[in-house]
Amino acid sequence: MALSSVLQSPAPGFNFDNAARNAALGRNDGGHTPKPLKTGTTIAGSGFQGEWWADKACAKIHYISPNIYCCGAGTAADTEKTTDLLSSNLTIFSLNSGRNPRVVMAANILQDMLYRYRGQIGANLILGGVDCTGNHLYKVGPYGSVDKTAYLSMGSGDLAALGILEDGFKPDLEMEQAKDLVRAAIQAGIMSDLGSGNNIDICVITRDGVDYIRPYQESETIKYKYRPGTTRVLTEKVVPLKLEVVHESVKKMVTG
Amino acid sequence: MERRCTGSEVKGVSTGTTILAAIYDGGVVIGSDSRASIGGEYVSSKTINKVIQVHDRIFCCMSGSLADAQAVTKAAKFQLSFHSVQMERPPLVIAAATIMKELCYKNKEDLQAGFITAGWDHRHGPQVYVVSLGGMLVSQPVTIGGSGSTYIYGYVDAKYKPNMSREECLQFATNALALAMGRDNVSGGVAHLAVISETGVEHVVVPGNKLPRFNHE
Repeated sequence: MALSSVLQSPAPGFNFDNAARNAALGRNDGGHTPKPLKTGTTIAGSGFQGEWWADKACAKIHYISPNIYCCGAGTAADTEKTTDLLSSNLTIFSLNSGRNPRVVMAANILQDMLYRYRGQIGANLILGGVDCTGNHLYKVGPYGSVDKTAYLSMGSGDLAALGILEDGFKPDLEMEQAKDLVRAAIQAGIMSDLGSGNNIDICVITRDGVDYIRPYQESETIKYKYRPGTTRVLTEKVVPLKLEVVHESVKKMVTG
Repeated sequence: MERRCTGSEVKGVSTGTTILAAIYDGGVVIGSDSRASIGGEYVSSKTINKVIQVHDRIFCCMSGSLADAQAVTKAAKFQLSFHSVQMERPPLVIAAATIMKELCYKNKEDLQAGFITAGWDHRHGPQVYVVSLGGMLVSQPVTIGGSGSTYIYGYVDAKYKPNMSREECLQFATNALALAMGRDNVSGGVAHLAVISETGVEHVVVPGNKLPRFNHE
């Protein structure tokens, strides 16, 4: 699937080379197909005055290019591989053209690829970055639909996060306000979604550079040990088990 | 979100939608709502753009699966642009509509998208074409599409007149969209309109709270 040049269109249709390989592996050593890892996730992105940032709990914010980062929800392997592939192709483009890629280019490449696979690649991606035309935020769905917005959330905790974003988002936010808004949105996702949890990572992208804050907020560790006596014992009943000796063997240790 | 909404006809994000186009004296008005939904249960975008410019004086409105519609319009935009470069002149609206039709008809098994193509060209002036789900191409003076269109057939049949003025046609289109958005759950947001004539293109956006209201509301 790797393209030696981003300008070269891939061959049409599906590539089933790996299906033959998997079948061969299955026959030879009874290998088990790996189970896909599904992450419960909350990811959110928001633009603020002139810049853009995203943040994510419990999964990575993926590097695409020096000015573009991508958050992925859905099947972990799919988001990982898709963003890696995108990053590689855009690096080749940068080397060939001498320019930083535009965010819209990344969104188009993602759209083309995900559309070709008709939803089989379970990648819900938030793509954001700053380029010569300004700051941009795109939502790319697994079927290949693209939506350009000022703020958005995806993942299993998306509804909770979106509530916070809808309430708090204003155009022309300051950087700190925007960071706090997204932190609150992710926090809502962590609190109300069983699939999201733990730390909050933030990536702030500006014209001057990228600030990838890992973690922006760590979760409080909750102790689950209870001292004896926490639960009151009401009654106690001891029932000895009747055991029948079936076989007894004694082996003397050789010490001589 | 898609895990929660299963059993809908369109996989992934659907445009739900109300789209329309109407010819007036000297041009054409094309418009749509701006809601995208998943499974008819969740509004995934309140501000999706369904009116896509495929050439200087030719616009397309999309309905059905958002991914399929975006893919078709991207391909059509490219093919139309290439055709225009080869012909060394602006393309005809029928050329744009035919490209959409070819894509929809040849891939009818895999696609779930319908379009309204409208524009102005030097040969036939303002025109409106509709490409439906299976790839049928029909030319009409006024046409409506999408799930919200069912609620405004009566209004459109009663209120559309040929050779309206630009303002009358714009008001007619805005009213029609407002009525459909008011009744259809998967249509809503803002009304996006484009007015295309020989002299140029004007984009009109009517926010939800500025849409015309009718007696009973």
